[in-house]
Amino acid sequence: MRKMLIIGATSAIAQATAKLFAQQGDALFLVGRDADKLEAIAADLKVRGAAKVVYITLDLNEFAQHADLIEQAYTRLEGLDTVLIAHGVLDNQITGQQDYAKAEQTLRTNFLSVVSLLTLIANRLEKQHYGCIAVISSVAGDRGRQSNYIYGSAKGALSIFLQGLRNRLHSANVCVLTIKPGFVDTPMTVDFKKGLLWAKPETIAQGIYRAIQKRKNTVYLPWFWWFIMFIIRNIPEFIFKRMKL
Amino acid sequence: MHNTYYSWGNFPPASQQIYPLRWRNKQLALPEPSLTVLPFGLGRSYGDVCLNDGGALLLTRELNRFIHFDNDNGLLRCEAGVSLAEILALGVPQGWFLPVTPGTQFVTVGGAIANDVHGKNHHCAGTFGRHVVQFELLRSDGERLLCSPTSNEQYYAATIGGLGLTGLITWAEIQLKRIYHRAMQMEAIKFANLEEFFEVSAQSDQYYDYTMAWVDCNSSGTELGRGIFFRGNHVKEEEIPKQWQLPLLNRLPPGLRTMPIHLPNFALNRWTVAAFNSFYYKRQKSKNINQLVDYEPFFYPLDAILEWKRLYGKRGFLQYQFVVPYTDHRVITEILQTIAQSGLSSFLAVLKTFGDLVSPGILSFPRPGVTLALDFPIKGAHTFELLERLDNMVSEAQGVVYPCKDARLSAHHFQIYYPQWHELAKYLDPRFSSSFWRRVTAK
Ligand SMILES: Cc1cc2nc3c(=O)[nH]c(=O)nc-3n(C[C@H](O)[C@H](O)[C@H](O)COP(=O)(O)OP(=O)(O)OC[C@H]3O[C@@H](n4cnc5c(N)ncnc54)[C@H](O)[C@@H]3O)c2cc1C
Ligand SMILES: NC(=O)c1ccc[n+]([C@@H]2O[C@H](COP(=O)([O-])OP(=O)(O)OC[C@H]3O[C@@H](n4cnc5c(N)ncnc54)[C@H](OP(=O)(O)O)[C@@H]3O)[C@@H](O)[C@H]2O)c1
Repeated sequence: MRKMLIIGATSAIAQATAKLFAQQGDALFLVGRDADKLEAIAADLKVRGAAKVVYITLDLNEFAQHADLIEQAYTRLEGLDTVLIAHGVLDNQITGQQDYAKAEQTLRTNFLSVVSLLTLIANRLEKQHYGCIAVISSVAGDRGRQSNYIYGSAKGALSIFLQGLRNRLHSANVCVLTIKPGFVDTPMTVDFKKGLLWAKPETIAQGIYRAIQKRKNTVYLPWFWWFIMFIIRNIPEFIFKRMKL
Repeated sequence: MHNTYYSWGNFPPASQQIYPLRWRNKQLALPEPSLTVLPFGLGRSYGDVCLNDGGALLLTRELNRFIHFDNDNGLLRCEAGVSLAEILALGVPQGWFLPVTPGTQFVTVGGAIANDVHGKNHHCAGTFGRHVVQFELLRSDGERLLCSPTSNEQYYAATIGGLGLTGLITWAEIQLKRIYHRAMQMEAIKFANLEEFFEVSAQSDQYYDYTMAWVDCNSSGTELGRGIFFRGNHVKEEEIPKQWQLPLLNRLPPGLRTMPIHLPNFALNRWTVAAFNSFYYKRQKSKNINQLVDYEPFFYPLDAILEWKRLYGKRGFLQYQFVVPYTDHRVITEILQTIAQSGLSSFLAVLKTFGDLVSPGILSFPRPGVTLALDFPIKGAHTFELLERLDNMVSEAQGVVYPCKDARLSAHHFQIYYPQWHELAKYLDPRFSSSFWRRVTAK
């Protein structure tokens, strides 16, 4: 039985993933900022077979509360071996371009809050010498594009942070998984026109579940995004800068 | 966002705004007041009861959380967008089955209530609505009504079979049924004509929880009304073969999955349908097949070919299901004759007797009698004329047509079939409407 902490548990991708772990009878500690949503999710996970479901509400931009959050997870679950971090915001790129305060907000939520959380979590898992940390980054972090480079740079920084952390924790027997989804049909993307490349959160969840089981390093989800990003990363900059992406 | 959503028959097309719902305990986000809304589950209704052309659809499929499961008593509370497949996945391994299920498991609980659906066990279990202990109805003004046979009874009766027009069902509590294994004891019996059908049916309804028949609607003369009768029960505790007993409920013994008869995948025109029908009928050489099958092929043979409706092509198809009081089989015979003569033959014709358990909804379709369901590929005006003719025959015989399968019923016939629609109208939510409702209540 896993003892799992899910941060950003109300995210569509996190919900779908939590269902899979609940079905295995794992114990889950959920963190989100909306009690109504968490209540609905927790009840569902219990029916699906979770050994235990506890939740607390917290705006994750309140960094000062992070230590307490991790402490509570340890106490309530009587230990901790798996962590999924899923929260994030996709703010309007144009607004961020015009107003640094907005851009900073994106960076705080998508990057800095995760760094704060991971600092606490990594230190504890490193000491206990086992565990798995899975974090949702994005394909948007693989290369900067004019249409969403603020969000992209937060995710890109996050991916690099995770790379370093993986390197550090390898000797402590703790795995660090970087999850890079492509387009996913969730509340974050309601206003986007959906096409062939779009995936359901359930599909992404399956991929996350398997990657955690297999202690993978980085996964593109669905898999074909590996291929797409390979091409995108390899377009020479003198061409790329002229493209409308 | 504007979007084209189709119902199962691919007809009629409708364009509407889309509002995905995600949280049962949040306020309902509604479009501007000039637009009406309609809940949309899995779109397994054939016609337009789940469409709202020019308005908005409230997509309920993300309301798919369980709320509580009392495993000792089989009482399940879940959000209205949970599918019957999801309930089976949860319940069957624990020994609980749906009290009533339609011929596909890919429908939502909300959809099953709003059409008050029936299954092969209508003669002993009645409609789905009878097993709905209570539900919450969210109205467009934000009011939440807890509905049960003893609380807000009028809204309970109006919403069951209420075609999504009384408000949004956010969650429901359902009484599941005890089973001992996922296997079914099933029997298939050939019958040569309608008389034989009624005989077998009368014998079977007493001893079998599930009965229905497939009828060949291409044969005429003395072969008119020939077909295959299916009947079955969940295996009883003492009937479970030894080798299946150990890993319990959810293990599929090898070979259990296959149905004795498969549906072929060829294009549908008059000749292939005729060929198919006689193939289907002749394939079964002996008079009787008796065997154990898994519940999935037993209840959901069509789900195995997920997109079987594509067989009908882009033009779409219509389904026609009616029930007529059973006095003799004259009406059914005449209708089958009319269809055979038209040459607009249908792929599947399903015949079943309904029992006399009362449907709880004001507008529920099932009532005592014989029901027949047929598919018609749309072949222009001919098809519509034929169905209009059938309406004349059905209404004359004091029967009714099933709204959930309909895309073309005239206001005239609807109002003959369902004079109680005025009663339902009292409980409609002022912001809710559907393409179907506007059509059948037009002056
Ligand atoms: C292969 C196949 C076999 C079938 N066999 C049978 C059968 O044996 N017996 C039978 O009775 N039917 C049968 N049906 C029809 C099917 O059971 C019904 O159409 C069912 O209601 C579909 O559910 P849905 O979730 O797809 O709802 P939809 O088709 O999306 O919607 C149906 C109605 O429910 C309303 N609705 C949906 N959710 C809510 C909600 N949360 N609150 C309020 N209203 C809501 C909609 O507004 C609409 O009026 C069959 C259909 C198929 C495709
Ligand atoms: N959707 C995509 O196409 C896509 C692609 C690549 C990567 N991703 C990443 O996948 C992750 C999950 O997103 P999703 O697609 O599942 O979208 P989502 O359902 O909108 O999830 C985002 C979640 O983040 C939470 N959140 C945001 N700010 C928060 C804060 N300050 N405190 C607490 N919670 C906060 C939100 O909480 P509330 O519910 O309270 O609002 C919401 O649950 C995100 O990291 C996202 O960047 C998504």
